[in-house]
Amino acid sequence: MSDAYLQINNLKTHFPVEKGILFRKVTGTVKAVDGVSLHLAKGEVLGLVGESGCGKSTLGRTVLQLIKPTEGTVTLGNQTLTDLDGRELRSARADFQMIFQDPYASLNPRMTVYSMLAEAIQAHRKVPKGDLAGAVGALMEKVGLAARFMRKYPHEFSGGQRQRIAIARALAVEPKLIIADEPVSALDVSIQAQILNLLSDLTREMELTMIFISHDLSVVKHISDRIAVMYLGRIVEIGPATEVFEHPQHPYTKALCSAVPMPDPDSESTRKRILLPGDPPSPLNPPSGCTFHPRCPYGEERCQAAWPSFESLKNDEHEAACVRLAELTQ
Amino acid sequence: MPLLDVNDLTTYFHTRNGVVRAVDGVSFQLEKGETLGIVGESGSGKSVTCMSMLGLIPQPPGRIEKGTAHFDGTDLLHCSPKELQSIRGRRIAMIFQDPMTSLNPYLRIEDQLIEPLLIHGLADKASAKIQALDMLDAVGIQDAASRIRGYPHEFSGGMRQRVMIAMALITKPDVLIADEPSTALDVTVQAQILELIKKEQQELGTAVILITHDLGVVSGFCDRINVMYGGKIVESGSTKDIFYNPQHPYNRALQNSIPALQAKGKELYTIPGMPPDMSKPSAGCSFAPRCEHATDLCTSEPPTLQDIGQAHTTACLRVQRENLKP
Amino acid sequence: MNDTPTRPDAPDTVEKGESLWVGAWHRLRKNKMALAGGVFILLLSGLSFMGPFFLEGDYYTNTTLGDKLEPPGDDYPLGADHLGRDQLGRIIKGGQISLLVGLVATFVSLTIGIGYGTISGYFGGKVDSVMMRLVDILYSLPFVIFVILLMVFAKDLGDSIDAWFAARGSEFSISGQWNMLLLFVAIGAVEWLTMARIVRGQVMSLRRQEFIEACISLGLPTRRIIFRHMVPNVLGPVIVYTTLTIPAVMLLEAFLSFLGLGVQPPTPSWGLLIKDGADRMREAWWMLVFPGALFAITLFSFNFVGDGLRDALDPKTSKD
Repeated sequence: MSDAYLQINNLKTHFPVEKGILFRKVTGTVKAVDGVSLHLAKGEVLGLVGESGCGKSTLGRTVLQLIKPTEGTVTLGNQTLTDLDGRELRSARADFQMIFQDPYASLNPRMTVYSMLAEAIQAHRKVPKGDLAGAVGALMEKVGLAARFMRKYPHEFSGGQRQRIAIARALAVEPKLIIADEPVSALDVSIQAQILNLLSDLTREMELTMIFISHDLSVVKHISDRIAVMYLGRIVEIGPATEVFEHPQHPYTKALCSAVPMPDPDSESTRKRILLPGDPPSPLNPPSGCTFHPRCPYGEERCQAAWPSFESLKNDEHEAACVRLAELTQ
Repeated sequence: MPLLDVNDLTTYFHTRNGVVRAVDGVSFQLEKGETLGIVGESGSGKSVTCMSMLGLIPQPPGRIEKGTAHFDGTDLLHCSPKELQSIRGRRIAMIFQDPMTSLNPYLRIEDQLIEPLLIHGLADKASAKIQALDMLDAVGIQDAASRIRGYPHEFSGGMRQRVMIAMALITKPDVLIADEPSTALDVTVQAQILELIKKEQQELGTAVILITHDLGVVSGFCDRINVMYGGKIVESGSTKDIFYNPQHPYNRALQNSIPALQAKGKELYTIPGMPPDMSKPSAGCSFAPRCEHATDLCTSEPPTLQDIGQAHTTACLRVQRENLKP
Repeated sequence: MNDTPTRPDAPDTVEKGESLWVGAWHRLRKNKMALAGGVFILLLSGLSFMGPFFLEGDYYTNTTLGDKLEPPGDDYPLGADHLGRDQLGRIIKGGQISLLVGLVATFVSLTIGIGYGTISGYFGGKVDSVMMRLVDILYSLPFVIFVILLMVFAKDLGDSIDAWFAARGSEFSISGQWNMLLLFVAIGAVEWLTMARIVRGQVMSLRRQEFIEACISLGLPTRRIIFRHMVPNVLGPVIVYTTLTIPAVMLLEAFLSFLGLGVQPPTPSWGLLIKDGADRMREAWWMLVFPGALFAITLFSFNFVGDGLRDALDPKTSKD
């Protein structure tokens, strides 16, 4: 565990809620990420799933130091990212990059592909002027775009192509860690498959470590080695991808899996759905103890006491944070 | 007699960059109490089809070129605005994708709920309020009596969608058109909303047209499915037939590219190329450029929907003539 | 690792792209009102700035008292004013002055406003709070009083400077230009506030856009992010607002001239001409109608162009 390539230790990101016009007073805290610990091996793909408000996007941005964490550390290789600041941080950024969800908003509409990619290539390296066009061309080909489009503007491309450009830009700095925040959610189904294949191939080829964030369980299952399920700022379950999907341990994961519609009419009609009551609570006022207990079909008195520690049943690889884990799997 | 009979509906958008053939000769029927799914990706024309029927297409640049849509004796495409208005919202209701923008943020929920009843003259204010309260309760809003006087911003996305459903069903319409009702919602909330629509539909006997790109959603919900591509219906049949006996290459390819059904780690099947440019019509089948079974026949002759048995239709010429198994 | 890496080759043929500006230009061209307005402004500018080269030096000050209040005719195409000066000449010069005030003052406000707004919007937090409070305070100062004080103070200063020069036997007089300069400063000092606010709003909304986050994530230096990424995307609304500020400034100048605080006679501005015309509406309608109509058409033209620009640059059309 301690030799993991990416180590996230007890990461917390809290946002103070301020009220008042002239003199701002803190009246509460939004605990977007409330104590997350993850360890990834080099070249591993971790899928991070959860619904809106669970904090997965905030977690991604905090790991990349786009948001400063309130507590906790992030270590990549032998660098502690949370210690870095200013110029050091800026030059370290070559090692970790993000792919964003919205292919329309993540590209500067007034720059050509060439300008964007050349800028990225030169952000941390010196490349002779004459070689730039070739380097940009090679990068484009790598993500499946024809190099002859390099002088075009983002609005002249489709959503899927724009996402490829965004991926090319992230790869231009030769990163070791990539955090993909819902990279295919805004794309059509037939294009999703193309981008997923691309990401799979590139990760393998370049030995990238990746955290793949999505609300879509099937997509995550397909591309990830391990899956972590997030609820209200904390991880509730983590384990090998197929395991978590086929044998979910935590009640929330069970409900999540049962809610995913399967394109299979026979199983859909016979399936029993676990319907969770109400809506996900707000991270402003999380319930005490296990934050899931108000909606949990198996919630009890003792669930309110404290946040449960991780228990594992079959193997150490697959664990869930539920006090009733043992009895529920009888 | 089917409840809704659409014939050769054609809607084009006349834009600066050319004529976009959003809906190109769509015909289908809806029986009383039936659930029909219209499946397709963006640009397939699935939303524009239903919006055309209800007169919700901005008339420039859009224009309904031809076609009829008979609903209980009235042709929705050729009736007077007054007649359309009396049907729309009362006998055919529609709910949309984004619950955040579908409700008027300045009006209380109660006022928005009673509005359909009042404008169609179905109830006076007092009894409308009572019906609104019942409806809000029926869609699962807890503490309805106190929440009904609230404003949209006080409700979450899932709850707002429930309010939308309540508004749509309060007039007990014959048809409910749901345009991507759960796409913007979390998956657990999505399950709740779909269950709710199902329950209400069974209780009221409403026919439902569910428009979505999510094959998973229609498989558990619909009796029949129309698969659309490039402004046309390419395959139509019962849900089981569509999934277990696909008779069009696009349908088959779409199902192949969904991660859920794939073994983990195997390369996802991808449909090569990109969705068609609707302003540049093709001579033959619009899917041919991306179809692995395409032949010269496909690019030269325009296909038509044909029955291949047991109410299962397909628009693939090779399936129709050569018994191709896609 | 020892072999020399082969230079990656640039592709042979590269397709040209069409930037958003080009698309906007096409859209603008189709807007007839905007085009008409634009053409009018160009003609007017040409006439105002180039025209005087073809006229006698004193075309706007030549008084022929005998022709006092002569109606439009052969000698005076647009009539003569109360001092026998040619209205046409005065209107041309007035156009020059009014346009100059409009353009220069707007430029001043633009320069200050963009810089101020960008910094405030980008850095946010305390920096933004402080900067915007300053703007709020300045906003609350009554403009007219401020200008009157400034003008009075400036007049005294100008007179002193003139006296200083005169005492040394020089003919140099600063008062004429001084006044104009002060006018630019005064108007610019007020208009930049709104420009700063607009730019700040734009920058703040852009700041949240993912492509700016991507720039930060890439490790680009802040200066580059602001100038290479933010500013070009802010330009759209700024251009539109600038085009709409020019007529506002011209109107402001006219208002000041009406009060006698703006351009000083004998230099005409449209505001002064309209004031003179309003005083003599009954006996010499041409003194009011011509400058008034021209002024109104100019304002309309700027507004049409501004509206056309706003429609053409509409960000909604930047998404497929």
